[in-house]
Amino acid sequence: MPAVSRRPLPPAARVTVAAVCAAGVLCAAPALRPGTPWATLGVLALLYALCEPGVLPARITGRHPPSAVGPFLPVLLAGSLLLPPAAAALVAVPGSLAGRPVPWVRRCWRAAHLAVAAWAAALCGRAVGAPGEMRTSGLPYGLLPAACAALCFCVIATTLTGAVLVTAEHHRPAAAWGAPLLAALAPYLTYGVVALTTALLWLRGYGVFAAVLVPLPMYVACWFFARARRARAAQRAAVRALVHAVDLKDPYTRGHSERVGRASAMIARELGMPEPRVDALRLAGLLHDIGKLGVPTRVLRKNGPLTAQERAAVQLHPEHGHDMTRGLAFLGEAREAILHHHERLDGSGYPHGLSGDRIPEVARVVAVADAFDAMTTTRCYRPARPVAAAVEELVRCAGTHFDPVMVDAFVRALADDLPGPGGPAADGEGTPAGPPAAAAASGAARTAPDAGPDREGAGAGIGAGAGATVLGEAVWLLG
Amino acid sequence: MNGTAVVRVAGVVWVTVAVGWTVCGGVRDPAAAGVFCGVVVLGEALRVPPGADREGAPLATAGALGYALLGPGGAGVPQAVAVACAGAALGTLLRPHLPAVPVAVPAPPPVPVPAPAHRRHARPAARGEARWGPAVRRGAGVGFAALCCQPLHGETRLTGAALAAVSVGVLALVGLCDAAVAAALGPRPFAAGVGDELRGLAGMGSAVCAGGVVLALAVGSAGLWAVPVVALPLLLTQLGLRGHAAVRATYRQTVTALARATEVAGYTPVGHARRVGELATAVGRELGLPARRLMLLEYAALMHDIGQLSLVDPVPRGATEPLDAGRREAIAVRGGEVVRRTGAPAEVALIVEVQARPYRDQPLAGRIVRAVNDFEDLTGENAAPQRRLAAVERMRLDTDHTYDPQVVDALTRVLAHRPTWAWLDARGDGKELG
Repeated sequence: MPAVSRRPLPPAARVTVAAVCAAGVLCAAPALRPGTPWATLGVLALLYALCEPGVLPARITGRHPPSAVGPFLPVLLAGSLLLPPAAAALVAVPGSLAGRPVPWVRRCWRAAHLAVAAWAAALCGRAVGAPGEMRTSGLPYGLLPAACAALCFCVIATTLTGAVLVTAEHHRPAAAWGAPLLAALAPYLTYGVVALTTALLWLRGYGVFAAVLVPLPMYVACWFFARARRARAAQRAAVRALVHAVDLKDPYTRGHSERVGRASAMIARELGMPEPRVDALRLAGLLHDIGKLGVPTRVLRKNGPLTAQERAAVQLHPEHGHDMTRGLAFLGEAREAILHHHERLDGSGYPHGLSGDRIPEVARVVAVADAFDAMTTTRCYRPARPVAAAVEELVRCAGTHFDPVMVDAFVRALADDLPGPGGPAADGEGTPAGPPAAAAASGAARTAPDAGPDREGAGAGIGAGAGATVLGEAVWLLG
Repeated sequence: MNGTAVVRVAGVVWVTVAVGWTVCGGVRDPAAAGVFCGVVVLGEALRVPPGADREGAPLATAGALGYALLGPGGAGVPQAVAVACAGAALGTLLRPHLPAVPVAVPAPPPVPVPAPAHRRHARPAARGEARWGPAVRRGAGVGFAALCCQPLHGETRLTGAALAAVSVGVLALVGLCDAAVAAALGPRPFAAGVGDELRGLAGMGSAVCAGGVVLALAVGSAGLWAVPVVALPLLLTQLGLRGHAAVRATYRQTVTALARATEVAGYTPVGHARRVGELATAVGRELGLPARRLMLLEYAALMHDIGQLSLVDPVPRGATEPLDAGRREAIAVRGGEVVRRTGAPAEVALIVEVQARPYRDQPLAGRIVRAVNDFEDLTGENAAPQRRLAAVERMRLDTDHTYDPQVVDALTRVLAHRPTWAWLDARGDGKELG
């Protein structure tokens, strides 16, 4: 994110931010007139500020504060339900300005767009009877103003954030407005429910207790979502470390596993497999050679033909890999690919000599990806082949060694990803890969969802949209 | 052990009396009882497998406590306990089974390291305990909370902020008592146990208490409609906890696989990493390390030999103990590099990196890993008792430089425990330790 912040903002983005700031000031200005409930406003603003990252020391909030992923919205929404619009606009201001040391442009932006959204939400809530009607009618009715306010907040905040993403980060309009809005709906409605409880208890005279106690479980939930997100990053790193352990033994194959993983995912996507299976195949490709850990290093690094005994040792690697990954429940069917990626369609492969459909589908995918990458990279015993020759070889062996369906899919995916010669430069990790192969690999990297976390990170910097994605994970957790 | 039995029997008797009383006297306000029971059932059915976080079903606990706080207007003491326990029983029946892989950072009670083969060692009594223990414990807490609320209602009913403050106070008291009891009965030294329990109380415990108070207050002011509205964020909290536990379990599996890499590669004897991991955790527990540091210690112990992968030829039996200091240091540094790539907390890499240094240059966890690893290297699996004694004696002679005397003492104490004998004699295979 620092890299993003150092870049000067484009003029269009400056105009957007300035306009939103001006709108924020206009929304909040009427609060200066008499009649603003300053006490309520003060309590909510203080609470909001305390939830903002960087306001409380890390000793209290823990190493990974939940709000690092976005503003803590239930408090803002409660403000929208309880306060007049102008006062509701002010709730987010002190916290946003006092938060983590980021450039002032961004702080002002954060304060202003939340102010505008809160103002609109409050207006919307008033239209359907908050807080007066809510006080008298109690619960089932209260859901209506809460839902209206939450939806209004969601639409305005996502739209404004999208506008900045389009002007400052040059996102495509559909990517900046469409998908985030849909993803944000459920989380915002949940925040709305929390805000509703807060407002109800506040109206019944429980005061500060309502403001502190009601959002607390939500805060803890966000805390766990944030920790789970970090743990997922650690998990990805641990899998990569497992792959790296193989690279330590056999430097010639460095980067091979990553490329096979990407190519397997490419084939899976071309075959129209659902996303979880694509991920499983990426894992399978990534870990397919993990069993090489069990092959003596001297044999792996040997320059020259292997003796029959050494060949037998190398051919044990699928079984070693299958054995090593026994405890890894999350691998699922990827383990079959690890065991069977050297089987051939005519039954002449190893370890079990399976043929045809008896070879698991995942293994047939990984076999094609593995063979292609092996052919297009330099090994200690031969130089790399050009991509065209490798593809020709794949097609020639389709039906005997490889599944023709997988080969076809791979050739198609490769054609989509290689618009012409002279693609993007080779990635640093790929050792002596031929340029086209490296281009294919980095092309696959472009499409891989691995780029996801970075994108989310940038979003978290700029606005409320990312706060919503945290709750979006809840949907993922249910699945 | 005796104290545990007494408390367990008391809890069961208490629950039985409460349920019997309610059944005989008839259920008051069945609608409220049913709704709250539903919340408890839902929370209990989605219980997070036992692991780092002691509170596995925040939604269920908050629901039960909220019902207790409703006071005589909503339910009496026996009925609050009965509803909590009935909900827990129903939810437990709906939950298919405790997952095969315990999520697990070493937590009281000690859980055997996950591996399918070990399940057959799991004693039925222990499984029943894991299944019903939390429910009985919650029953006791709920009864206590309801009892405390009893005098508040009646003629001079509190309202507004005063009622909220008293409710918070009651639940805080319940939480503290529960923490103290759990720490006293747990397998760890009391101070360390209380520390862990209080830390848990600050995070999830506060959310549960807040949820309970809010449930009671909201139902008091807006009727039963408030229950689903308040339960939704609590459900999310529980799902967050679940997701976190699931990722943690996955991460742990990966680390274990990584630890086994050296075994598959033939650098270390089979099961070495796991045995060092378990024994080091037991020693750490003996020394009263808090839960988080125990977790770091276990990760470091599992991965301590990972640097050997960089060797072209394996060291005989994977024992680094007889090697000269320079090679040990080089292996440790390479290990630190690999561990740094695993996404484990930075402390773990540090422990692995300095494992070959004299003990004064190491953090406590590093000293434990060093001592336990060398003990393992010296004895190997299935060693005769004399050999274990000789190994400890040999380490004791080197306590001015290489080994921390405090750690060697703790190791000796752990080795003297009866469960450790059983564990050692079963080649460190899946028996409980410490």
